[in-house]
Order: sequence, then structure tokens, then C-alpha cells
Amino acid sequence: MRLEILKTYKLFIGGQFPRTESGRYYPALNKKGEVIANMCLSSRKDVKNAVVSARKVQLAWGEKTAFNRSQIIYRIAEMLEGRRDQFISELVKQGISKNKAEEEVNLAVDRIVYYAGWCDKFAPIFSSVNPVASSHFNFSALEPMGVVGIFASETSSLIGLISLILPVIVGGNTCVVLASESLPLCAVTLAEVINTSDVPGGVVNILTGKAGELASTFASHMDINALFYAGSDEALLSELQQKANSNLKRVYSYTYDWGSEKGQDVYIINDFQEVKTTWHPIENVGGASSNY
Amino acid sequence: MKLKKEKSKLVFPDLSSIPCIDKVGVEERVARFQTRSIKDASKEQALRMVLNMIDLTTLEGKDTPQKVKQMCYKAMHLHDAHPGLPSVAAVCVYPSMVAVAKKEVQDSGVKVASVSTAFPSGQAPLSIKLEDTKFAIDEGADEIDMVISRGKFLSGEYQYVFDEIAAIKEVCGKVRLKVILETGELITLDNVRKASEIAMYAGADFIKTSTGKIQPAATMQVTYTMLCAIKDYYHKTGIMIGMKPAGGISTAKLSIHNLVMVKEVLGSAWLTNEYFRFGASSLANDVLMQVLKTETGIYQSADYFSID
Amino acid sequence: MAEKKHKTAKGAIEWDYSPALESTSHVQLKDRYDLFIGGKFVKPSSGLYFDTINPANEEKLAEVGHGNAADIDKAVKAARKAYNEVWSIMPAKERAKYIFRIARIMQERAREFAVVETLDAGKTIREARDIDIPLACNHLFYYAGWADKLEYAFPNRSVRSLGVVGQIIPWNFPLLMAAWKIGPALATGNTIVLKPAESTPLTALLLAEVIKESGLPEGVVNIVTGFGDAGAALVNHPDVNKIAFTGSTNVGKLIQQAVAGTKKKVTLELGGKSANIIFQDAAIDQAVEGIVNGIFFNQGHVCCAGSRLFLQEPVYEEVLRKLKDRIQTLIVGNPLDKNTDVGAINSKEQLDTIHKYLKIGKKEGAEMYQPECPLPAKGYYCPPTLFTNVAQSSIIAQEEIFGPVLTIQTFRTVDEVIQKANNSPYGLAAGIWTEKGSQIFNVSSRLRAGVIWANTYNKFDPTSPFGGYKESGFGREGGIHGLAPYVKLEAL
Repeated sequence: MRLEILKTYKLFIGGQFPRTESGRYYPALNKKGEVIANMCLSSRKDVKNAVVSARKVQLAWGEKTAFNRSQIIYRIAEMLEGRRDQFISELVKQGISKNKAEEEVNLAVDRIVYYAGWCDKFAPIFSSVNPVASSHFNFSALEPMGVVGIFASETSSLIGLISLILPVIVGGNTCVVLASESLPLCAVTLAEVINTSDVPGGVVNILTGKAGELASTFASHMDINALFYAGSDEALLSELQQKANSNLKRVYSYTYDWGSEKGQDVYIINDFQEVKTTWHPIENVGGASSNY
Repeated sequence: MKLKKEKSKLVFPDLSSIPCIDKVGVEERVARFQTRSIKDASKEQALRMVLNMIDLTTLEGKDTPQKVKQMCYKAMHLHDAHPGLPSVAAVCVYPSMVAVAKKEVQDSGVKVASVSTAFPSGQAPLSIKLEDTKFAIDEGADEIDMVISRGKFLSGEYQYVFDEIAAIKEVCGKVRLKVILETGELITLDNVRKASEIAMYAGADFIKTSTGKIQPAATMQVTYTMLCAIKDYYHKTGIMIGMKPAGGISTAKLSIHNLVMVKEVLGSAWLTNEYFRFGASSLANDVLMQVLKTETGIYQSADYFSID
Repeated sequence: MAEKKHKTAKGAIEWDYSPALESTSHVQLKDRYDLFIGGKFVKPSSGLYFDTINPANEEKLAEVGHGNAADIDKAVKAARKAYNEVWSIMPAKERAKYIFRIARIMQERAREFAVVETLDAGKTIREARDIDIPLACNHLFYYAGWADKLEYAFPNRSVRSLGVVGQIIPWNFPLLMAAWKIGPALATGNTIVLKPAESTPLTALLLAEVIKESGLPEGVVNIVTGFGDAGAALVNHPDVNKIAFTGSTNVGKLIQQAVAGTKKKVTLELGGKSANIIFQDAAIDQAVEGIVNGIFFNQGHVCCAGSRLFLQEPVYEEVLRKLKDRIQTLIVGNPLDKNTDVGAINSKEQLDTIHKYLKIGKKEGAEMYQPECPLPAKGYYCPPTLFTNVAQSSIIAQEEIFGPVLTIQTFRTVDEVIQKANNSPYGLAAGIWTEKGSQIFNVSSRLRAGVIWANTYNKFDPTSPFGGYKESGFGREGGIHGLAPYVKLEAL
């Protein structure tokens, strides 16, 4: 009889897989209450390191051409497809049926493909050319907000995570994700997928741990631009909203059913965009009517 | 103030260093001058300044000695019904009419300006332009209004334009030279600025917008651009160049807006006919009507002001 | 280098502009103004009134109702009733017609609005007449037209109004900010409780008269004048669905905190310390105008004021010289004079703040330049002020002064200036001056700011979204993007 090699679940920061600097862990349990893995219990310092990584690469990621981002994100789908069995087995370990697990992985792959396609399409939908009443050309275009802190849904392990990360990075943001505390396994495996799919290190950073413990650190961090909350804990959301005023973070919470076909939306991409309006004079239009 | 540079020392300007011009920004700046509200004492003073800055002009093929004489009389007697008004700065005529005009104005203080250099098109060889200028001066012209070769300018022969102005200035000697850029044919404000530089460095005493034969003529945008050039030239050399918008300024209101512009761009030192002129044929009467309106509070009719 | 003094030319004499005061004879201010709640002018529940004064001469203009939490509650109830019974069920095109009608009446009374704005806020009559009032009217016209076209703004969504919105506006553009807030909120079908700034309540109350005259159903727009406590009561009111605030970043942060845990939507339009960047190849004379317009427009009481000037070193001397020349021609004084370029500082308090920063600037070793200009003996005035020799780390280059005070720094390279421009908690606006198109797009796309003015500055238009990045707030006002803060979207 062969002894199975167990996987060590680590964090994903800046394209590396470190353990938590705190050395702490917590047990991930299955539905029967049995330990299925020891997870890193991330600390404030892990959050800090992840934000540094996310910030460092944000400009470069945001300035990649939309087409290029689209190619890279499509590549995530390819990688995930190739490792579907591992995800299914982890989902099953965490307590859902094999059928459900297969459905979830299928949906996850399809969702990545869906968002990959949006990379070079959402901008014209939410941008505008504004017909100002003076001799100026005026347009409003979208730009990424920057670094986004994500609190994953507690209710789904893989699709919940995918549905949050994708609309954020499609728009050129980078993110620091706190995975579901109770269903963390897929998060780390997803990190491995992302790491092998041409996504620059630091674009997606994934931590495991307790939302209650880290919410304050995320919300008050001065170098996080926005927060994405997908849980149902009103008290936690309220704490995030309160402390987000440190640097006026934009805070979004959603109540989508991530596990359904409806759990994907271009409006989420738009929420994590800033609108930049640019003016430039035009000769001989409107007010500038004289000629020489 | 430094003396004007000798011809031998004239230097072609560094056209790469002149500022470029954003037309919409110029429009906005000009609009601000037009929001200035000039009332009461400042308006009365402005109207008199305008009268005293006019180059009363007739430049028509059908000009006759009689017509010129009448205009000269008007130049010296703007509205005798109202004593105490200044005379205009100068009369402006074709070279063939200079002698007639000179005889009329004599030593009244009104100067005689002559257009030259194959005005208005300037399409003649340099030798003829020089001859044209010499003739006007010999006839008694106090000032010469030359035109630049716009065709040469537009084809990029800036040195030619420069040399031509310098040659005319040499003929002029102490006679003051106004250089007409004919901005309506230069198309862009950048060209207006460039031509202004060339003219000033080539020895112009005044730069002037237009012949009056081409539309648009002295728009405020163009005049503003030229005033900015004069200001920069003054900063670099210490030499005050005069400015003459000509053509299209026919109302008191517009002329006062021009004064506002001169004051705010160049300062009060330019607010004299030594450095600022209006080339105009019908402006004087509108100003006169405003003078009377300002003093009496009663709106005037053109029937009461002589048309010469 | 030429001698700087002009020679005295023959006949050249000083020519100054005589006073050209805008007539106030067509404006009849009341002695006392009440609150506007439920379509009626009602006394404040406290029975108290406060004075609003003319900052140009420190004279009292009128008394204004001192609204408090009880009045806010009354106003919210009136707004809720109007929302439930009338406004939310009215056909959109009818809603539009009311807004159009309000805009038209404002246009008809434009001159009155302009004079009152000048009296109450200290801004120049030229700006009130040519900028504030027409823009306010245009804004309402613009959003009126959106009322029955909302589906086109949000593809694949059905659009719902939010309910009662609380709007708190600042003193720098009193009527314009009211219009910015009211237009999109009404067009999207919400009802409103608006709180004007305590130092500039009058045009909002004139607007209340216009609203009454327009026949807008009672309670759709309620205007409660008062102080910060009334604003706080509005923010904290449980029956308000959305807060839109324009004002300081500090208050904005308090609001974000206060609404945490509620379902209230929030938009914040806050402070700024915007960079105005002049490259060596810029159209210099127009850039100088842009600098002047960027910082001295509305006495610098502009959240997006170009208060940090960055000059590329080769043109530093030239631009500075031209700038000094130019501000010498600015006329500072009575805002009612049609020739005044820089009017009165809005309040004693704000003047003190500005003076505090001038002191700090000098203490920090910066060199201060102010043109020689006589200031009126009474009233609150500050001449246009330049600071050179300013370090990036100095307080005057970091904090929003909200006055006619410009800090000037130099730079050598594009990367350097982008870094310096972005080195601020704010991100509202920026100016770029260069004749090189690719440079404009390079710099503009790397500046973290919501509005970029390339070869222009301080331009506003109803169709153009306005709002900031970072601590300058969130949400956009104006344009198609200005609708989103006032709607909830549902999947089809």
C-alpha cells in the first residue's frame, strides 16, 4: 500500500508560495469535522507583503494591452481545465458531491473564458465622448482603480473565488484575496494555476485565514484602493465600510449567486474602474469660430 | 531705450524658439478682453485716444485728389461742431496721392502715410518695390506701410521676406516703416507670430495686420498674437515696436476692446499713436457719435457727422 | 537684457477702468428666508435664524432659517411622501418637463441669480454671470432630457430610482452645485432634501422660489438651510437612501464612516491639490492664461484648482516672468464690478485659513510674490499669490489651501513630473501643457486624477463627467456617468 503525498497549502504572494510569516496555521475541516489540511493563518504582515506585491506590478498589468490581458486570462482557463481532476477532488474533500464538484469546475472554466472575452470590450460600453458646448474634444475613459482587496464568498470554494478575482483583474487591477475561511483548499490550487498561466507575479495574491482577524488591516491599509466583499456578514461589511474611510476606499459588496449562470457581470468590472475625463481644445469648432 | 539696430547688424530671428500658439486659448483670452466694461471717464478718455490713433485711410483705385483733400480736411477737423477733439494720427493713401495729402495737412501734426511695395498684393520685383517706396518718400511721406511677400512666406522663404523688409527699411531711413503681414492670407496664428518676428527683426517700426483688401482682417485674435510678439521682442531687445490693426475695426466698442488688449498685454506705454494705430476709414464717425453720446447721454444719428 | 522700465512715450498716459458696477436694483432680497419643506416656506422649528453676510463688505444681506435635525426629519418625511405618492410613479417624460421648466425659469431670472450669487459668495459678477448661472441652467437642461432615456444609459439593465436623497453642497459654487445635485437626482426619479452651505444659502432659496413657481409637486425638492448639525442629521437619517456630498475631504471621511453598515449609497466630491504641468514645448502665452485661470478662478475656491504648478526647467524663468506680468493686470476688488477678476474670499474663516498658509509658506522658506494691488478696506480679500522655491515636502505644496495661492516647482523629465504630480493623497484634476500629442496621452494616462485638462484648464460642462480618484472622493457628476449614483440597476 502506497502512502499518499499530502499537499502543503501555502500562501501566494508576488508569484511566490511562502508560508505565513507568522508561522500560525488553522485546520480546514470537512463536513464531518475532520481535518483535511492545515492552512496558513495569515497575519497583518502577510497582508502588507501581498499589498506591496500587488502595488508593484499594478501599473505594468494595467498598461498591458487589453488584448494581451485577454490572452493571459484565457490561458488561466486552459490551465484550470487541465487540472480539473484536482479541483474536483478538493471540492469533494470539502464536502460536496462529485457531480456538483464537476459542475462547479465546468462553470469556473467557462466563467474565466467569459471574462477573458471582456478584456477588450467593456471599455467602449462604459466610456463616452462628451459633446461639450465649447471648442473642446472631451472623452471619458476607464482606468483601473489600483489594488483591490477581496474577501471571498464563504459559501463556495472555487467559483466564488473565480467570480471575484476575474472582474477585478480583467480591468487592469491587481488584488489581494482572502480566501474562504471554511473552504480554502481550491484557493491555493487556483494560485498554482494562475502562476502557471502567464499572469505576472503579484497580480493575484491569495491569503488564507480569518476575515474577522484581517478585515481591519485590509480596510485601513492606505495603499489599497478598493474593497470587494462577497460575504454575508453584515457586521464585517460594516467594519470594512467604516475603516475604509482612512483613504476613501471604494467598497463594493454583492449578493450574486456566484454558483449560478447569473454570477457573472460586466457591471462588476465597471465598478472597479475609475472614470477619467480628458479635455483638449479643437480649432474651429463651437466657440472658436473666427478664422484668419 | 536702446537705439534701433543698424541694418548691418540686423539678425534673422531664431524661428525655432518662438512660442507656438493655441488658437482656442487665444479665443478665450480675447473673449476676456471683450468682457471689460469701459464706462464714464475711462470711456471718454478711451474714445479720444482712439480718435488720435486713427490712420484715416482711403486706398481705392478710384481715389482722386479731391477725395484725398476732403479726407485730409476731415483728419484735421473731425467734428468742428464739437471743439476740443484731437486730430487723427495720420492719413493713409497710395503713393500717387502723397503729394496731394502732404500739401493739405502741412504742419498740422497729422502725418502722411503711404502704402508701398506694390500694395496690396506685393506681387512685384524688389526693384519696383524699392522704387515705389522711394517715390512715396520723395513725395513727402512720413510713414511707409509696406506689404510682405505672402507667397514667399507661405512657401517657406523666410529669409527672402526678411531681406525684402530690411531693404525697404534701408530706403526708409528715418521714415517710419509699418510692415503689413496680411494675416488673412497667413491662415494660422503660428504663421502670424512667425511673420511678426521676421518683420520686427528686419527693422519694422510697426507691424500691421492687413491691407483691408482681404477678409478676415484685424481680428482681435490676430492683434493679440502680434501684441504678444511685440512684448517678447521688447523683453529681448528693449525696443518698442508699434502695432497697427487695420481693416474691420469700424465701431467704437471694438476699438476700445483693442485698447484694453494693448493695455493689458503691453501696458500703458503703448497707448499713444507713437506705438498704436488703427487703420480705418469709417471708425472715426462711430467714435465721434459715442463721444457725443457719452457727454450728452443722447444717442446719435449718422446724418449729423460728415462722411468724407 | 533690456531695461525693464518702459520709456515714457510722447502722449502716453495711464488709462484706468472706471468702476462698472452691476446694478442691483432688480434684486429685492427679503429680510428673512424660511426653510423650503413640502412645497412651502416654513419657519425653522427652533424659531432661530442666522445672518448671511456679503463677504465683499461684511454687511448683512438677510436672515436665513437655522434648520436642525427636526427640520431635516420633516423634510425627509415630505420627500418620502412625495416620492411614494407622486414622483416615483409619474411618467418619466412628465418628470423631464418639470426639470426643463425649472431650468427655463432660472434662465429667465439669470441676472437676479448672478447678482445674488455675487453678493452672497463674493465671487465676481463676471464669473457668476458668464459661468456659474448659465452652467447651472444648462446642467438642469441636460439632465431633464435624460429622464425618459435612462435605459439607454445602462445596457442590459432596468433602472430604478433610489428614493429620498440627501444632498449637501459647498459654498464655492452655491447654485451650480445645487444644480449638479438636483438635476440627475430628479431626472432619475428621486426626491431630494438639499442642505446648502451656511455661508451661501441665498441662491438655493431663490431656487426654491423657482421650484415653487414651476409647480413641481410639493416635497419633491426640499431645501433646509443650516449648519453642520443639520448636515449630520441628514446623513444619519434612517429614511434617506443616498447621500451626495461635495465639500472637504475630512467631512467626506466622516460621512463614509457614518453611513457604514447602512444601505445608503454615497458619492463624495472632495478636495484636491491638482498639478498643472507646463512642458517646454507648450504654447507659452496660452499656458500662462491656463495657469491664471487654473488657480485664480473663483479666488481659488475651486476643488480642482491647479494649485501646484510644475514648470519644466528650460521655461521656468520665462513662464514665471510672464505669470508675474499677467497677475499684475488682474483686478482685485469689489465682486460686483464687471471688471473685477478676483473677488472676495468667501468668509472670514476662509481668509484666516489662507493667511495661515501664507505664513506657513514663508516660514518654510518659500519665496512669496504678490502683485501690487490696492484692496478694499472692508471685506475679505487676498491678492493673487505665488510661491516659488517650494519643496515637494512643504505643507503649502501638500495641503489644499482653497484660495488664490499657487506653489511653483520645477522639473526636468516626464517621469519626474508624473511622480511628483501623483505624489498626493488627492486625485481630482490635472493640467498638461505641451504641443506634442503623444506626450499628452502618455502623461494624461499616467496621472491619477479624474479630470485631465490638456492645453486648457478649469473647463466644465454638463455633458462632461467630473469627479476624483483617491481622497478626492468617488462617483461622477455630469454626463452619462453622473446618472449612476442615483439609480439602482436590476438585471433584466
